[in-house]
Amino acid sequence: MSAHTEGAVHEGGTTVTFLTVWIILLILTGVEVLLAYEQVPTLIMLTILVGLSIIKAALIIAYFMHMKFERLSLFLTLFPMLIFCIVLMLIFLGDATRIPVMRPPV
Amino acid sequence: MSSVSVATSSSPWAGGQSPYATNSKKFGMWLFLISDSLTFAALLFAYTYSRVANPDWPKPFQFSPSIIFSSIMTFCLLSSSLTMVMGVHAMNHGKRKSAVGWILATMAGGAAFVVLHMSEWMNLINNEGVTPAHNPWNVPLFGATFFGLTGLHMTHVIIGLIYLTIVAQAVGRGKFKAEDVEVAGLYWHFVDLVWMFIFPLVYLMSARVGGPS
Repeated sequence: MSAHTEGAVHEGGTTVTFLTVWIILLILTGVEVLLAYEQVPTLIMLTILVGLSIIKAALIIAYFMHMKFERLSLFLTLFPMLIFCIVLMLIFLGDATRIPVMRPPV
Repeated sequence: MSSVSVATSSSPWAGGQSPYATNSKKFGMWLFLISDSLTFAALLFAYTYSRVANPDWPKPFQFSPSIIFSSIMTFCLLSSSLTMVMGVHAMNHGKRKSAVGWILATMAGGAAFVVLHMSEWMNLINNEGVTPAHNPWNVPLFGATFFGLTGLHMTHVIIGLIYLTIVAQAVGRGKFKAEDVEVAGLYWHFVDLVWMFIFPLVYLMSARVGGPS
């Protein structure tokens, strides 16, 4: 039965892979801190930070959380729904931008 | 039996086997992590929308103590993720002793994170006068969303430390299997992953270089 594949340990990366991923994550974090030190304009800063964070999250999920070595069906069950639900939360952005305009002048 | 089902259908969805090729514990942990990431996403959106709605949002994090401090915290969490993955790796190869060592190293990284985060909080509360309801900049939503978000994250780290204590003890006594360590590892990496969003969006976006603003 395929449910009992105890002996067949599927290789999920080696020590070198993990170290490489760790170093890349540290470098990306360093870039983020450097951006904060340089006081980049808010909108550019936010875009770059969110982009780098998503890359870092993808690296952690793929290598540390072993998702790269799982079946595609597991990924497809979990992540499209998650991304869709997170994107749905953007619905409230309009309200957030409207509040400062609606506030009565002090 | 299995030879019949293999002969009639080779699809993993035909029944009789796991279509994901994972054990149920791991799949359960993944489902929990997905729902938990929606909780954190909601809190991050709450923080960000409060910031958009308040143009006078404060920048309380001085580069010199606060940002360097939180960078060291990030380093602790990232390194603890590496040691955790090494622990899972060792356990997959049947090396229980070294797996326990790596898990203990992971716990040391997590504990360092909690201690640093606590002192960061104490600095904010005692020296800057920020509490969940009041702060000197008159934007009470900052304290509410900041402490809510980082507090829930710290709770997860502390729960992770308790979880890893139990796992390390059981592995040391020859009880748990490799998959149990892997499930604990999934949880720990998730805590690290969430911090990869909190650190830039909360700390770095509110960094202050030079004098007060």
